[in-house]
Order: sequence, then C-alpha cells, then structure tokens
Amino acid sequence: MIEHTGSYQNQPGPYFGPYGGRWMPESLIAALEEVERTFTEAREDPEFIARLQDLFTNYVNRPSLLTEVPRFAADTPGVRVFLKREDLNHTGSHKINNVIGQALLAQRMGKTRLIAETGAGQHGVATATAAALFGMECTVYMGEVDTQRQALNVARMEMLGAEVVAVTTGARTLKDAINDALRDWVASVDTTHYLLGTVTGPAPFPAMVRYFHSVIGEEAREQVLAQTGRLPDAVCACVGGGSNAMGIFHGFLDDPGVELYGLEAGGEGMDTGRHAASINLGRTGVLHGARTYLMQDEDGQTVDSHSISAGLDYPAVGPEHAWLHDTGRATYEPVTDTECMDAFQRLCRTEGIVPAIESSHALAGALRLARRWTDEGLVGPDTPEDEQKIIVVNLSGRGDKDVATAAKYFGMLPDAETPAGGDAEAVAARPEGAQS
Amino acid sequence: MSETVNTVHSRTADAIEAARAAGRTALIGYLPAGYPTVQDSIEAAVALGNNGADVIEIGIPYSDPVMDGPVIQAATSQVLADGFRIDSVFDIVKAVSARTDAVVLVMTYWNIVDRMGVHTFARRLSEAGGAGIITPDLVPEEAGDWFEASDRYGLDRVFLTAPSSTDERIKLVVGSSRGFVYGVSVMGVTGARTEVSSAAEQVVARAHAAGAPRVAVGLGISRPEHIREIGRYADGAIVGTALVSALRDGGPAAVGTLTAELATGAVRDGADA
Repeated sequence: MIEHTGSYQNQPGPYFGPYGGRWMPESLIAALEEVERTFTEAREDPEFIARLQDLFTNYVNRPSLLTEVPRFAADTPGVRVFLKREDLNHTGSHKINNVIGQALLAQRMGKTRLIAETGAGQHGVATATAAALFGMECTVYMGEVDTQRQALNVARMEMLGAEVVAVTTGARTLKDAINDALRDWVASVDTTHYLLGTVTGPAPFPAMVRYFHSVIGEEAREQVLAQTGRLPDAVCACVGGGSNAMGIFHGFLDDPGVELYGLEAGGEGMDTGRHAASINLGRTGVLHGARTYLMQDEDGQTVDSHSISAGLDYPAVGPEHAWLHDTGRATYEPVTDTECMDAFQRLCRTEGIVPAIESSHALAGALRLARRWTDEGLVGPDTPEDEQKIIVVNLSGRGDKDVATAAKYFGMLPDAETPAGGDAEAVAARPEGAQS
Repeated sequence: MSETVNTVHSRTADAIEAARAAGRTALIGYLPAGYPTVQDSIEAAVALGNNGADVIEIGIPYSDPVMDGPVIQAATSQVLADGFRIDSVFDIVKAVSARTDAVVLVMTYWNIVDRMGVHTFARRLSEAGGAGIITPDLVPEEAGDWFEASDRYGLDRVFLTAPSSTDERIKLVVGSSRGFVYGVSVMGVTGARTEVSSAAEQVVARAHAAGAPRVAVGLGISRPEHIREIGRYADGAIVGTALVSALRDGGPAAVGTLTAELATGAVRDGADA
C-alpha cells in the first residue's frame, strides 16, 4: 500500500508513484518529447481548446447522456443505476475522445500520417475516422486473430480509407499489434504520429490520453448532481488498458465519498490462468514503455491474456491504475466471461440497450456491488429516497460490433454456423438457460 | 557518473582498444541465446569468438522485442516456443567465456532483468563471466538501479544513441555508458540492409564530440565492405541479423565462415592483415 495525501487529480506523470515512466528505445525518445511539448502547449492554447470542444459538440455528439436504468437495477431495490452513455458517441465508443484530441495534436506537429493499434477494432475505427476527417494517411495494426474475430471492423476501417495490417508476430493479438506499431513508428517518426489508444505506454501517453477522456467524468459528475442532487456512492468502469475508466474516474478522484471500481476481465476465472486481470494477478514489470502491473511468467516473458472481449484482451494496465490500486483510492475486481455475458443480456432485455462486451464487465460489477450492499443490509425496499445508493456505470461502447460473438455465446445461430476455433469455447462456456 | 566510469575497469573497453592497437575496427557479433538449441547457440558463439569477433552479444529471447526485425524475431520466437528459460543464459555466457577470448555481453530487453531483480541478474552475469549488458529499451533516466548494480558487480553498461537523439540526450547517454556507446545507424529496427545509412557517420561524430571514447555502429550491417566503411569513423561495427541468418541456414560452422569473412573488413587501411 502506498500512502498518498492531497489531490489525486491531474497527476502530470511521467510517474504515478513507482509506476509509469518511459521505458522505450532511445530512437523514440525525441518523438515522445515532441508529443509532450506539443500537448503541454496545446492544452494552454484557447484556440486548440475551442477547436477540440467544437469537434466534441458537433462531431462526436457530446455531452453524452446519463441514463437511469431502473429495470436493470430492479432486483436490488434501494440502488439506483445510471449509465454514462459513451456508446452514443460517433463511432460507438469513448475511443473517439482521445482520437480527436491526438489527431489535432498530430496536425499541430505537422504530421501527415496516423498509425494505431487496435484489438476489437473500436480504436482503429476511431483513428481511421479522424484520419478521414483531417485528410491524413492511416495505417492500423491489428492482430491476425482479431482481424478474423472482427472482420466487419476491418472492412469498416478500409471503407474509411485506412490500411489495415494483420499482425502475424508473437501471439497475433493486441500486444503484438502495439509492437508492430512501435516498429513502424521508429522508422516513420518524421511524418507519423502514433495514436496510442489507451492510458498505457510511455509518458506522455498515460496522462495525455486521460486528459482527453476526462470529459467523461466531468460530464457525469455534473449530470448526476443535476439528476439526483448528490454525488454517486460508486462509479464502475471496465479496465483493459483502462482509458474509459481513467476518463470517468478522474472527475471523482477527489470526492472521497465516491467509491471507484475498475472491473478487469476475469476471463474463464482467475484460477484458470485464462484471463486479462493484470492488477489482480499482481506482478509488476515494464511493458510497452511503462512500469505497471502485467501478466508475465517467472522469467518476465509476457503471458497471453484471454477475454471474451477483444478490447480488454491486453496483458497490462495503465500505470495510473496501478497507482490508484496501490494507494487504495480505486478497487479492482475481476469479472468472468459468464458474469459479464449475464449482465450483457440483462441490459439488452430490461432496457433495450445492447452494450459492448467490454462495458458489460462494468455492468456486472455494478450488479455485484448492488447485491453486496443488499446482502449487508445497507439498502432494501424500504430505504428512503435520500438514503438510496447511486451507482454510475461507464457504458463505454455499444454492442453492435459484438452481435456475432454474443449470438454465438448464447447459441442463437443456426447449427451450421457454429463457430470453429476460439469461438467454440464461448459456446461451450454457455450457461444453462442462457437462451431463456 | 564520470566518477563511477573511472572506478570500474571495463573489459569491453579493453577488447575494443586491443583491436584498435592491432589496426582493426572492433567486430561485435550478436546471436540469440538458445538458438537453434542451447548447445548450438554456444557452438555458434564460440565460432564467432574464434573467427575474429572481439565482442559477443548474447541476446535474450523476449516475448515483445520492439527493436527487432523479422529475422531475429523469428529466431527468438522459436526459442521461446521451445520452452527456453532465462537460467540457461548464464550457462551459455559461462561456456562461451571459457572457450573464447572474446568479451561476452548480454543484450536484453529490460523486463527480463527487472523480473529477476537487477542485483541478482548482475551478480549472476558477473559470476558467469559476462562483461555487461546492452539495453535497447532502457534509457539512462530509468536506469538508477542498473547504475548501482553495474558498479557493484563491475559490469559494462551499453546505452544506445540514435539519429534522432538531441545533443543533450547524447551527452546523457555518453556519460551513462561504460565500455562503448551503441550508435544506432538508422531510424528503424534490426535487419540486414544493402548499404550503411548515411546517418551513421553523423551519429558517431556526435557521440565522439560528446566525449565518448568508443562508439560502435549497429543496425543494417551485414558485409565486410560495410565494416570497412564504418571503420573510417567508428571504433566498432555490430553485426546481428546476417549472423542469425547464417546460423539458421548453415549452423554454427556457417557463423564461423561468415565471421572470418566479416573480419577481413575490420582490418583498417594501412594495417598489417
């Protein structure tokens, strides 16, 4: 446990306690310094801020709604659940906030090409979108495994004019896509900005990506105050690299009465080793430029992560989350694929909202918390309104991209289309009565 | 930092200076530990040392080698898939040190060292006869523990400088390194290239100007004529991918043959061969 007194907000990096830093090849240090300089100047430049806000309002569709979901929360009377609707942003997730911000910085630096890594495809789609909007070239690195799992998102990026490179090195997933993007950047840094998609990586990325997503927490705080007259008791967000969670947490970091929950991908269960819950595994090291918690073996080799959601399938986590964990300011819990898909289906059926599978981990975390409060006798049917508990969940993305995965999981596809390979495991893991 | 540079005797510096005294550009060769097997990686490194290399880099296979191109990636991925364990690195270093006069360094991505603990790693490397570590993804700002451990165990610290490095950073890298400074010749990853980058000479000149007594050039060097060209301005030439390709295609004997050929390029104009 690390002692921390004073404000948690606006941590500048490069270090967050013992985490973060810049563990990178020397060849890239000059570029990172340039990005940092440009970002530091831009955030103080009223013109830049005005441009960003204009795009947020008139292109991204901000502010996103805060929607109460009473039917979703009906099993735990006395608990009110609100969703921060990042799923309603242009391109369907929170990812666009950071992409618009960094693309503006790239333009400011005179770069003409954007490169990005993507897992599920959401960050790749958002980057391809910004490249089209700003007239830049775009190359997206995507693990070969993910290009097969998310073939429609590959087509979507190509429609937007991006080149998608299927990464065939290493485990062929998100971490390997980051490796190949870094290899590209080393050779192309004069013309190219690496638009990293989450709060990991070398400084200044963790603090910079958080900055562009902090609008989520600022809006949510204002909206929940306006709708309920008080702050929430808890905020839940899913954590892969952790960008949507940092975005919403940031607004509440200095409200000590608001509990912060980061839900990691527990995959098939912590005891199976097939998960992506880096913090809960508890081993620190350095990967992709930052000291943080990461999934590694005894020798320090990165271990493959597993999650039903490609977007959380990353074997490390942003360094600021590692620090928030160690300070005790935020709590990180694993959610299994099964719990996640139960919550996914519940939101579909009770509220008419199809969430991203990533975000469904946060929904499951909220349900678990509500049950815990109920079991502890803190809330119940007779709880007076002003003593009811309030949870805000960051609904970081919509589930359109996940329809095929979910349909397979719930056995909704005709037998002939029963998937092969990795997806067969999802079918095998289908809970009894899931179709009811 | 200059104080510690002076208090630890650098075996790598000795090897490079001995080459210079003999009229040669120091030849530095890279091979991955455990490729294609632990035993053959020892034989290959011995062949490297006994056919003209002054310094041998034993690369530790790592799951996320962001500075490596396809040839080295393919080799190290295979080693990892075959179940390679870090412990055998020290066995390899020990065996190679015993069988050649070349100085043996380890080249490793930092998480491998971090996981074992930098002091334990340094102690074991020193006990095995290794002379130091080349750290492709560690910059001096993050190397506090490594400074301490390398001084304690008398190991060399080889940091990298790149064409993109600012003067300020070159000064930092030069002041932090012991043994030699690794000049990255191109903005890119490892891999054989047909010509030596025009940026290489500038990289070396800037490091020398910042006070580096020894600068070796790496990335893209695969032929004797590359080494001859580099020898006009640099103190050493580093070959990696070409040796790994030779090992892949022809085994340890091919490494010996290629090294002998590369060594002809290391003889400086006017020196007795």
